[in-house]
Amino acid sequence: MGRARTIARRTFLIGSAAVAGGVAFGVYKVKTPHDNPLAEGLGEGEATFNPFVKITPEAITLITPHADIGQGVVHMQAALISEELDVEFGQFETDFGAPDPAYWNTALSAEAVPFASFDDSFGARTMRGAVDGMAKLMGLMGTGGSSSVPDQYEKLRAAGAVARETLKLAASQQSGVAVGELKTANGAVQLPDGSSLTYTDLAEAASGLDPVTDVTLRDPSTWRLIGKPMARKDIPAKTTGAQIYGIDLKIDGMVHASTRVSPRRGAMNGYEANGADTMPGVSSILPITGGVAVVANSTWRAMNAVNQIEFDWADAPYPAEQDAHWAEVAASFTEERLDKEWRADGDVDAAMDGAEVISSEYSAGYVAHQPLEPLNAIVRADENGAEVWTGHQLPRFLQQKVAAIVGCEPDDVVYHNQYSGGSFGHRLEWDNITQAAEIAVQMRGTPVKLTLSREEDFATDYPRQIGMSRSKGTVKDGKVDSWSLDIATVSATRSMSGRLGVPVPGPDTQIAAGAWAMAYGIPNLRVRAYAVPELAPTSSWRSVGASTAGFFAESFLDELIHAAGADQIEERMRLCNNDVHRKVLEAVAEMSNWGSAMGANKGRGVALVESFGVPVAQVIEVTNTDAGIKIDRVYVAADVGRVIDPVNFENLVQGGVVWALGHAINSEITYSDGMAEQTNYHASEGMRMYQTPEIIVKGLENAEKIRGIGEPPVPAAPPALANAIFAATGQRIREMPFNKHIDFV
Amino acid sequence: MQLTINGTPHDIEIEPDTPLLWVLRDEIGLTGTKYGCGIAQCGACTVHVDGEARRSCQVQIGDLEGAEVTTIEGFGSPDKLSLVQQAWVDHQVAQCGYCQSGQVMQATALLELNDSPTDEDIDRVMSGNLCRCGTYPRIRAAIHDAAAKIKGA
Repeated sequence: MGRARTIARRTFLIGSAAVAGGVAFGVYKVKTPHDNPLAEGLGEGEATFNPFVKITPEAITLITPHADIGQGVVHMQAALISEELDVEFGQFETDFGAPDPAYWNTALSAEAVPFASFDDSFGARTMRGAVDGMAKLMGLMGTGGSSSVPDQYEKLRAAGAVARETLKLAASQQSGVAVGELKTANGAVQLPDGSSLTYTDLAEAASGLDPVTDVTLRDPSTWRLIGKPMARKDIPAKTTGAQIYGIDLKIDGMVHASTRVSPRRGAMNGYEANGADTMPGVSSILPITGGVAVVANSTWRAMNAVNQIEFDWADAPYPAEQDAHWAEVAASFTEERLDKEWRADGDVDAAMDGAEVISSEYSAGYVAHQPLEPLNAIVRADENGAEVWTGHQLPRFLQQKVAAIVGCEPDDVVYHNQYSGGSFGHRLEWDNITQAAEIAVQMRGTPVKLTLSREEDFATDYPRQIGMSRSKGTVKDGKVDSWSLDIATVSATRSMSGRLGVPVPGPDTQIAAGAWAMAYGIPNLRVRAYAVPELAPTSSWRSVGASTAGFFAESFLDELIHAAGADQIEERMRLCNNDVHRKVLEAVAEMSNWGSAMGANKGRGVALVESFGVPVAQVIEVTNTDAGIKIDRVYVAADVGRVIDPVNFENLVQGGVVWALGHAINSEITYSDGMAEQTNYHASEGMRMYQTPEIIVKGLENAEKIRGIGEPPVPAAPPALANAIFAATGQRIREMPFNKHIDFV
Repeated sequence: MQLTINGTPHDIEIEPDTPLLWVLRDEIGLTGTKYGCGIAQCGACTVHVDGEARRSCQVQIGDLEGAEVTTIEGFGSPDKLSLVQQAWVDHQVAQCGYCQSGQVMQATALLELNDSPTDEDIDRVMSGNLCRCGTYPRIRAAIHDAAAKIKGA
């Protein structure tokens, strides 16, 4: 192990790697790198080169630590390693790996700092550096904020290159052929005489070598995989029912549990078993925080028994009725609740003095996440530790949460991440895991599988922030001249971080995300964010703050441009002060043939919103039919700097648009008697096949930095739709969900 | 209770009001059929009962004496895809994939009745199957592609 440990310490010094074009890996050049977790338990003749590649005489394993919640990130990570390692899909296995600080996320700073994504000033770089440094120090391993691609883009290619060059060195020593004459392909080192040595055959020899870290990453022109259409490795299994999700896992000796905790998110005063404890297959009713768990010998019997119990719940810690939530939001545009004035270009007040001022109020309610796989977790607590099986995006925090309940060290919690049936932000929360752990410690040694019923999942979802905006603006000489945009929402960031136990200092960058950094040079522009005190607890919902602020901003801008009598795209392009943003606008204008005649009862709307560093422009076409609004087509252009896989890119963009439009049309969580009124998909539907428009996607690569595409397609869709509805009907929709105001087909 | 599942006879003793979904998942171990909502709102649990697409969360096992049930596992495997599944892979439909068993089962039932579905036919038959990831455009394309292959076969 001593040798392996030495190798491990050296392996992360891929800081010496040179990148094509001469950019060095400054961020990885660290004095005290984290140990390589793969070095632990390495067998005789087995080699690891860095935390991402392990080769034994039997198998090649690529570690893909980011959680796969449907975005295809396992395939993406494997492709990045393969590009340099020269292994083909089918020749290796992938593994999420154990939670480890070595997998700290190097790209979380993008939206965590109060600087625009395109701000490359000294202050912005310093703050990002500080956040990155903190993430490294904490070993902050996480999937979220569309950060997986930026986190892994260079790191994993370097990992593949280091492994490849080390294998070549081993082959050179074995064959006597100089390294420079060796080539690699198909998981093997190729010798000039046409023979080859497979990586698995070289594992033993390579295990005795110090990894070769002086590597050069390949020029993009030579790439086999990146940028070309890929076939995701997980799709055949997901098409045949063969993919095992957390909810499908079976651990020997496990029992089944279902829970009911307070739908008012508070305490349980008491309960009447009402015969639930003697129902067939039921073994016990156990107390957990805020409610009970029924343990049984099948999921169905456990869920049935839970429904039999009568509960007495304490009051909610937030207003019982929805109207009071809205009243609190409306009362938050005050000096005391000002979270930050993000933008103060020109002089808004002076510009409006004496001018005709246009003003509007917008609102967006709570919305549930509800991925299709109900939350679940398997936990087995032992005397000195625990084992956990579930899909989650923050593995090391998960270890801490479970350890606190089990009474052990976080490192004694063995965690097996699972493919997840969606997340959209839902798998950044903890209740299913802490509940399973609370049950498991009451029956140590027995694996407990907790499956939430859909109704329980709805009742205990932490929805998207509720919020409102108040805008005022003026136009002059056919142009937008001034705009004051005030946004008040609850802080999903603070609500989440409170449950995580990690306070986030400074202003919440999400309240006005997608609005404050808008790339518009409006002469007089002020953007202020107000923090509404915590109401119902909320959490990150795909694209987070921009999902509400983007709607507020781009809808009102549409009002101003309309008042100015200008063309909606031309005026946006005139105002746009960022080339990358302007080009996505130009792209959708061209794709949609903007300005061409549409016929009666039809309309087009446009919106441009940046999310997690990605500018996304959308043009939506609608028809006002007798049966309601029909969404005909959506044109989307997004710039991520570099598209890794155009097929998956298109799928994720289409899916993001469907997600955004479905919820904007028909979904909202409202509270009554302290409880969410929507209990299942019939009341919170999202989009279905018959409503789905044609969605035409274009990926642009003008941006300097590479970005992720999971969340960015969301925010521009609702305002583009509302603007299209206005164009087709003259009716301005200022509240989500839109079906409160207009019918849809 | 005697019934056939994917061609194999099963003799199941369980409370007769148990939904077929939970018999498949917890008793028989066929987990390709998914629990999504429990109230026939999402379609993730779709199976074929005597050749007809049904929501297995709404079918009580007690009503299935002598029935022939086919689940997603009965139609193919990653190494041996059905024609519809092949279209799904060709169009790279799945994201999280959790709804796709039900989507494939519903589409297979549609194509068995109608090998030339229009967009309206697809809307009518497929709209009960929820996909939270929003893969509908690709599902539609895969169904049209599978239909073309069925006619060409």
